[in-house]
Amino acid sequence: MRHFKSLFIGCTLLLSSAGLVFAGNGDTLKAVQAKGYIQAGVNGDLFGFGKADQKGVWKGLDVDTARAVAVAVFGDLKDRVRYTPLTAKTRFTALQSKEIDLLTRNATQTLGRDTSLGLDFVQVNYYDGQGFMIPKALGVKGAKELGGATVCVLPGTTTEQNAADFFRSNNMDWKTVTIESTAELSQAFFAGRCDVMTSDASQLAAIRASSPKPDSYMILPDIISKEPLAPAVRHGDNQWKDIVNYSVLTMINAEEFGITSKNVDEMVKSKDPKIQRFLGVTAGNGKALGLDEKFAYNIIKQVGNYGEVFERNVGVNTPLGIERGLNALWTNGGLMYSPPFK
Amino acid sequence: MVTTNENPAAKTRFWNDEKTRGIIYQVVTAALVAFIGYYLISNVQDNMAKQSIASGFGFLEKEAAFEIGEKSIEYSAADSYGRALVVGVINTLKVSLIGILLTTILGTIIGVCTLSSNWLISKLGTIYVEVFQNIPVLLQLFFFYALFYEAFPGPRQALNPISGVFISNRGIDFAIPAQHLAWSYMVNAFLAASVITFFMVRWARKRQERTGQQFPSFWLGLGLLAGLPLLTWVVCGAPTELDIPALKGFNFQGGKNISPEFSALLFGLVLYTASFIAQIVRAGIQSISHGQTEAAMSIGLKTKHVLSLVIFPQALRVIIPPLTSQLLNLTKNSSLAVAIGYPDFVQVAGTTINQTGQAVEGVALMMVVYLTLSLLTSVFMNWYNKKIAIIER
Repeated sequence: MRHFKSLFIGCTLLLSSAGLVFAGNGDTLKAVQAKGYIQAGVNGDLFGFGKADQKGVWKGLDVDTARAVAVAVFGDLKDRVRYTPLTAKTRFTALQSKEIDLLTRNATQTLGRDTSLGLDFVQVNYYDGQGFMIPKALGVKGAKELGGATVCVLPGTTTEQNAADFFRSNNMDWKTVTIESTAELSQAFFAGRCDVMTSDASQLAAIRASSPKPDSYMILPDIISKEPLAPAVRHGDNQWKDIVNYSVLTMINAEEFGITSKNVDEMVKSKDPKIQRFLGVTAGNGKALGLDEKFAYNIIKQVGNYGEVFERNVGVNTPLGIERGLNALWTNGGLMYSPPFK
Repeated sequence: MVTTNENPAAKTRFWNDEKTRGIIYQVVTAALVAFIGYYLISNVQDNMAKQSIASGFGFLEKEAAFEIGEKSIEYSAADSYGRALVVGVINTLKVSLIGILLTTILGTIIGVCTLSSNWLISKLGTIYVEVFQNIPVLLQLFFFYALFYEAFPGPRQALNPISGVFISNRGIDFAIPAQHLAWSYMVNAFLAASVITFFMVRWARKRQERTGQQFPSFWLGLGLLAGLPLLTWVVCGAPTELDIPALKGFNFQGGKNISPEFSALLFGLVLYTASFIAQIVRAGIQSISHGQTEAAMSIGLKTKHVLSLVIFPQALRVIIPPLTSQLLNLTKNSSLAVAIGYPDFVQVAGTTINQTGQAVEGVALMMVVYLTLSLLTSVFMNWYNKKIAIIER
């Protein structure tokens, strides 16, 4: 019944945007501080990125990103983030209609979305790309051999378009099966309804890990798209955008400095002026963002640096088993790069 | 008492006049509604412009760039959003119309069964109604869909019950006659036969009303409908070539395919709605007093004529209005297709909304389409209801 939710949110948007005054600079921070928590839109169904475990504790890379923002704002994590699970279809509307303050739901940054949806993307927290997963028994070695295949696709994502572009540009026939919920779609795929499943490679890894027989499926080496997954905020509130942006960058910068949640208390005593500025020993950064001077220290202490967050949620020692690849620091040949904190 | 009688309307203020007051109330209400509507719409436009959210229906002409699993008209990812939405509407119509037809037939049969004097048949009918009426339709859809892809083998091990028919978890693939001119002629012949039969039945009924003479219009009509296309086929050289589905690569190519999504949706909707229609039919028949049956029998009508000439025409008057709302429900429930991957209008519109980000326009389109479908069904059923209503003389 999830599509009713999009209808509902559509109507809410219609009604709420009619009654509310448009959010200006600084409004979101004030509103968040007044209510005492951040409402974060997350996936809810994606292991490794945003999903509640059996005890109801939210876990994942996107969840940790939302936590980092909350720590930056409040300095602690006592019920400071509340989560709204969103489908691919409802996520942007939820942000536009102020149902959530922050969207961390593996959303791909594109020009179209940045310009026509009334939202702004911030620092990418995961560089992804779309791939294909097949049963090993199929004996296919590359994506170019998939002509005539039936493909399971999640609707309402850039995935549908990428796949269509790929098959079109390679002049291959294909059939789509499009089911809204990831769980239903994966079940259909594992039962053999489709030959191939396509999605972001990270998502495929998560789905594969959740299958009854992970070893009988493989992800093809071909990556057919660029999917920079980034948190998003409403367009127009630049202060809030800066806060979210620099919360993500704090984790990346911390990894670059070699500061972890374990050694941060020693690093505070560092004589390096760059680290002193970064951790708020020398004041300035916090005030500029409208936050506590120790926001970076708090994020690292309570959430961790990017490397820790990555390894904890999706890294090689998790069921997802994803290598750092593009998501390694720039110093290690990846794309994670933070501007200086000064 | 006396004073009021002596002072007529001249002295009543105009706002105390019942008629004027009624008009004032209505005008004020209408103005209020119009104002609220204007306020909401202008505010939405205003705020969307401020948040730089695109608006308007210009997106309908842009390239859709996504594929649709099932289509009854030519469509590719290079076509426009507008055309994609039309594909979706046709898919919705396809499942709704076939569903309405099947569910009416099945519901009527089961409704009559529950009233059967045969204990087994009536109990089976009751069990059917209770089971299907009381399980949420979404659950039934999931069940039939899962049944389809779990129970049947992959295309390479497809079941082949009779030659030319393959059942796999990709759906039912069956042979269809290969392209030949004869087939389009036969369709025309069938249409011609339908028109002739229609007028023949009318003529026969008029004649019977006038002279009391019966005319075997049923059998003659059946003969025409079957015979004329058959004759055309023979004249065209009796082509027998078939387009048989064959496993090529991943899937069957050729022939015709009925997808698991479509089948599951149709099954779920038809079985669910039929249980309600069965109840309506049962109630309709029971509302006709038993005296009618006895009276009809006493003038020597056969049992089938008792049912078709006396009971059903009267029962229909009770049945049609609630039946209409059930058929509307079926159409609206077809939007649950999105849960099991049938590309109906809601799913296509959903993808469109996501790719263009124009939720307000997309949801408005959805509402317009379903409203139109529902109103059309209503208009037709109301017309039919009027036609069968008691004509007062």
